[in-house]
Amino acid sequence: MSMVAAKSPPSGGDPPFHSSWQARIIALLVLVYAVYALGQLDFSFDRFVKGLDSGAHFLARMFPPSYKNWDQLLTGFIESMEIAVLATFFGVLISLPIAVLGARNLMPGWATWPARLIVTLCRAFNPVITAIIFIKAVGFGALAGVLALIVASIGFVGKLFMEAIEEISMKQIEAVRATGAPFMSVVIYSVLPQVMGRLVGFCSYQLDSNLRNSTMVGIVGAGGIGGVLFAAFQRFEYDFVLAILITIIAVVLAGELASNHVKRIFRV
Amino acid sequence: MAAVSAVWQRHSRGQKLARTVLWLLVAAAVAASLKGIDVIWEFLWDAPEQVADMAWRMWPPDLAYYPQEVHKALMETFHIATVGTIFSMLFALPLAILAAHNLTPNKALNLFAKTCLVASRSVNSLVWALLFVAVFGPGPMAGTVAIAFRSIGFVGKLLGEALEEVHFGAIEALKAAGATQTSQILYGYWPAVKPAFWSIMLLRWDINIRESSVLGLVGAGGLGMIMNAAIDTFQWERVATILLTIFAVVVVVEIVVTFFRRRLI
Repeated sequence: MSMVAAKSPPSGGDPPFHSSWQARIIALLVLVYAVYALGQLDFSFDRFVKGLDSGAHFLARMFPPSYKNWDQLLTGFIESMEIAVLATFFGVLISLPIAVLGARNLMPGWATWPARLIVTLCRAFNPVITAIIFIKAVGFGALAGVLALIVASIGFVGKLFMEAIEEISMKQIEAVRATGAPFMSVVIYSVLPQVMGRLVGFCSYQLDSNLRNSTMVGIVGAGGIGGVLFAAFQRFEYDFVLAILITIIAVVLAGELASNHVKRIFRV
Repeated sequence: MAAVSAVWQRHSRGQKLARTVLWLLVAAAVAASLKGIDVIWEFLWDAPEQVADMAWRMWPPDLAYYPQEVHKALMETFHIATVGTIFSMLFALPLAILAAHNLTPNKALNLFAKTCLVASRSVNSLVWALLFVAVFGPGPMAGTVAIAFRSIGFVGKLLGEALEEVHFGAIEALKAAGATQTSQILYGYWPAVKPAFWSIMLLRWDINIRESSVLGLVGAGGLGMIMNAAIDTFQWERVATILLTIFAVVVVVEIVVTFFRRRLI
């Protein structure tokens, strides 16, 4: 009897769903930090208001979007697509063996750590920084963009694919191994079928993300629609900028729909 | 007895056809891209030489440059990423609620919120920064707003999906007790998505630290700004110092995020 009485909350105590004192302290700290950081970033209210004013001006110059340079838009976009397709294709192609080498359940330690190091290095730098380095190495143009995005793709697909392989069921591997199959057959008949669906998901996501990132590497001179966008910006053709942005959003949306269909085909 | 097909096949004929067509499409896309892209092969062949030359110029990194300017820029990058993440949280919450069809049973509002989120995600943070540099002028303020705008779509999308997956039982119980919409969100939805929410915010903060280190290339403050200056003046030893700093920060942030995620889950 006394057990039950002890469990019921004391009257006049904490209300249900009260926030703990730790949560309150953290919220307070975040608030104090935000105020301090805003001061450091010279964020001031009147500057913000002034910015809104010039923002309205800016928006007014963007409307209506102008498609009169549609040929530039088209060539830029085709180049971006080519960059994205090639970067995804070669990135995935290279990250497959790296992921197999890096999976701890398939490989001994001496093989996993170099593979993991490569993936971590590829992930460490933003594609823009890699693009700058590749521009120095291979000159301005689409090739630098492709190489930079291949590195980014290895970092992303390699990491996720490695984790996917580590999560597979070992039973099928043991079954195939028990038949005396060599290593490649084990990979092809017991590892790949288990991770194929997820791999297709990663690839379609990476294609989408490479297309978006190819707009970014273009700004530093690595080809594609980003270069066209940056040039339009510097010529103050804000209506053309808006046209490019609208097209990017439309293409990304279309890509998302298409990737849903592709995933459905491969999930069966 | 009906005849049974002797050979077992994993996929039906339609599935096989769909897959074959897809593979052909992939091959065609790669072939067309290889053909269409203009590569100056001479530039590719002397790439190793160029990289060696660049590495030679970068070595040794100008470490004395760190206390002069890099540290200040690093703190700026940190503030841009963190404040940008906090801002994005404030805007993403209402949009996520509007985008979740179980919380907002209105098709038009769902579509509106989803369009906002897609627009925010499709435009790269560097492009957002370009726009906001034109609005607010060069400086960290433009960078912060750009980071916030790019993150809204990411956080809003993932949070909206988490909200849609909330188990209906708890909400129904609250509704039966006569809870208002606000109480349902606070006591039904929020506790259910809380771990997902914090892990999304951590992930985005991690990404934002990486992204805000390059925003300066278009004038939006932080490490990118001094890196751009160093590249333009060919001071590769300084570039090396900045790259090392970025690498160190990425490693530290990854450790911090892993630590907090372990405590959250």
